[in-house]
Amino acid sequence: MKLLTHNMLTSSVIKGVTKGFPLKIVASKVEVREVDYNEPFIIKTLSKVDWPALHQAANEVGYGEDLPIELGEDFQKDETLLRKIHNALLQVDIIEGELVCPESGRKFPISNGIPNMLLSEHEVSS
Amino acid sequence: MSDRFKTPLLGNVRDEDFNQVYEPAEDSFLLLDALEKEDNFLQTLKPTVCVEVGCGSGICITFLSQLLEYPALFICTDINPKAAEMTQLTALRNGKVVEIVVCNLVDTLEERLAGTVDVLLFNPPYVVTPSSEIASADITASWAGGVRGREVTDKLLPKVKSLLSSNGVFYLVAIQENDIDDIQQLMCKNGFRMTCVASRRAGREFLTVLKFVRQ
Repeated sequence: MKLLTHNMLTSSVIKGVTKGFPLKIVASKVEVREVDYNEPFIIKTLSKVDWPALHQAANEVGYGEDLPIELGEDFQKDETLLRKIHNALLQVDIIEGELVCPESGRKFPISNGIPNMLLSEHEVSS
Repeated sequence: MSDRFKTPLLGNVRDEDFNQVYEPAEDSFLLLDALEKEDNFLQTLKPTVCVEVGCGSGICITFLSQLLEYPALFICTDINPKAAEMTQLTALRNGKVVEIVVCNLVDTLEERLAGTVDVLLFNPPYVVTPSSEIASADITASWAGGVRGREVTDKLLPKVKSLLSSNGVFYLVAIQENDIDDIQQLMCKNGFRMTCVASRRAGREFLTVLKFVRQ
């Protein structure tokens, strides 16, 4: 699971949980897999990304030290930064670990790169 | 013929895997044919976010990712962890990068993906069955659609409006028994225009791929 995908996940469907975002990542195996760098795509994608959540996630898996706490106004011109963001969003891959709901503490396993977000019926708000 | 249109190879699967995951059949291939027909439209759309609900073997999302030659985020979901694994293998075997989440429909993605989905695919369980067969833990869930074969489809339809981007498109597989006129009316109320992209008779089923864009 890439951090871009993580940025799109919430656990708000759990009964009693309001936001469920961002899910905390506890990773036991992380790989970096090369993906072609495409600057327009990164810039376009960043408009959909919640930056604080990405920053937090990247730090949780050990790839956040190069990322600024806030994305400045001129980030589109900063190729060095965009390449770091590309790495964090698309190349860092969580293979094994778990996601933790920030409100309820409910854990979701990540196995072989796939998060399992299934809930049993009694956990879901109707 | 361009490699973009080739039918994706499935991941290294054993015959018995199809006891647990829906094996691509006429409905899957009709959806591939429909996407191929839509090539010009999709190239012009330049999608950034593509989502398939219920990816099964992964053949459709993999096909879509090879059809679109520029980068996009391809996310798919399935309620069946075995299907998610097979999708991963299928994407990998065809050299594609597809992100997979095991969840019910778009439960875990719908809030954050709201207004961003450029292409949404759904080949739902559309077979008319008793309601009790829906969402079972086994392969029945891949085809059992309950009353009119619509019970699962009807859970996704109300979410399409909020998920799709302003130019977004939704492709849905349906059969005659699903009452396509009724689907059209429902979606029309949500501001969508429906067209039929491809149809084919396959045995007892008359299959159709429906396309929805905002009016």
